[in-house]
Amino acid sequence: MTADHGRCEVAMTVNGKAAKVCAHPMERLLDVLRRDLGLTGAKEGCGEGECGACAVLIDGELANSCLIPVLQANGASVVTIEGLAREDRLATLQQAFVDCGGAQCGICTPGMIMAATCLLRKHPQPALDAIREGLSGNLCRCTGYAQICEAVAEASAHGEER
Amino acid sequence: MRSDPEDYELVAPATLSAVLPLLAAEPGEWLPIAGGTDVMVQYAAGKLPARKLVSLWNLPELRHIEVSHDAIHIGAACTYTDLREHALIAQEFPLLAKAASWTGGIANQNRGTLGGNIVNASPAADSLPALLVYEAELILVSLRGERRLRYVDFHTGYKQTRLAPDELIRAISLPRQFAGYISYARKVGARNAQAIAKVCVAAAASLQRGLIADVRVAAGSVAPVPLRLRETERLLRGRAVDAVLVEQARRKAGEEVRPIDDIRSTAAYRSAVLGNLVAEFLIQLTAEQIA
Repeated sequence: MTADHGRCEVAMTVNGKAAKVCAHPMERLLDVLRRDLGLTGAKEGCGEGECGACAVLIDGELANSCLIPVLQANGASVVTIEGLAREDRLATLQQAFVDCGGAQCGICTPGMIMAATCLLRKHPQPALDAIREGLSGNLCRCTGYAQICEAVAEASAHGEER
Repeated sequence: MRSDPEDYELVAPATLSAVLPLLAAEPGEWLPIAGGTDVMVQYAAGKLPARKLVSLWNLPELRHIEVSHDAIHIGAACTYTDLREHALIAQEFPLLAKAASWTGGIANQNRGTLGGNIVNASPAADSLPALLVYEAELILVSLRGERRLRYVDFHTGYKQTRLAPDELIRAISLPRQFAGYISYARKVGARNAQAIAKVCVAAAASLQRGLIADVRVAAGSVAPVPLRLRETERLLRGRAVDAVLVEQARRKAGEEVRPIDDIRSTAAYRSAVLGNLVAEFLIQLTAEQIA
């Protein structure tokens, strides 16, 4: 790590590729992803860990990127919504959100899908209660959640390819 | 007003032994940050007074759970997810597992830590009543050495603790003496996930020949600190649970605390609900005894 006016170098793996940024250590991972790496899928909703719109996977675990100082992501593997599709094919969960009407305004959708991805990896066949719990940290003001839960159930029935 | 990252310093030493000299050299200047679920919220709001932060996230010395024959030692930087996924905690300390499951959502459970919850010292914190019930002991560490402190003595007032400015919580130790206890936990809030409790209760009791042999009741959001309900416990100990006792305990619990009105609830509601939760605990106790 080299200091440069209080900045430091942070090396991460982002969506499978090595990424190096020079940033202040207290910058939020969310801002570094969006501004320095051009990955604008993760959204800022509340900015205080209540809404889940900025959720990403860090070393396979769901986390709100608005609460992570970028230095704490040094050496970590980060996956954002941009890392789920394979070339021109949507991931099963993304397709299920399209098919079930799980996205309306779209602000919560990236975080919702990251939370659902994490859920299905741990529980490939979740009951409705487990789906609701897995998504309980992600707020949606459009759908009323029913279509989102349906999308996750649909993706689970298809089997998420990993 | 959002904080400017340039006004802050953050370092991430690789080991605990590299953190302690920082705290010792400038006591009170360095704010430890683990998963960031509280600190980063204050930071985002421009309300973080500390300018120097030291990361404890993923320090191996603070992130493991050690079981011995008479106690379990939980590293202070273990996350709620770590607690939820630990088989022995689920089995012998179900109140802690349950509290972990309703703290925040999954993302915050993956980052929020038990030590952070204790040091942040919110009277509404979900996991703290469980620690009171289980007679937790804190292992505090500084460059000066280690000391042990009963968790019940840790909080001295609203957001005030006995942690010295150069100290960290290294681990939380729970004695393995509650295996046969019947436990009860309930959080009353706008919703379980994310929402902060209006009232939360953790309780456990052991029964012998139909009488309450031992009982512990603790509550959050009803006082400036998480509280053991000693008077209610005294009333219950040695008694058989019947309708009369349930009503006496309901009243005693409601009278024993002096909650406040705030944005989440009112004092009157909190007292009434606390009484009702204690009553529900006792009714559940008799049901489990018959079953």
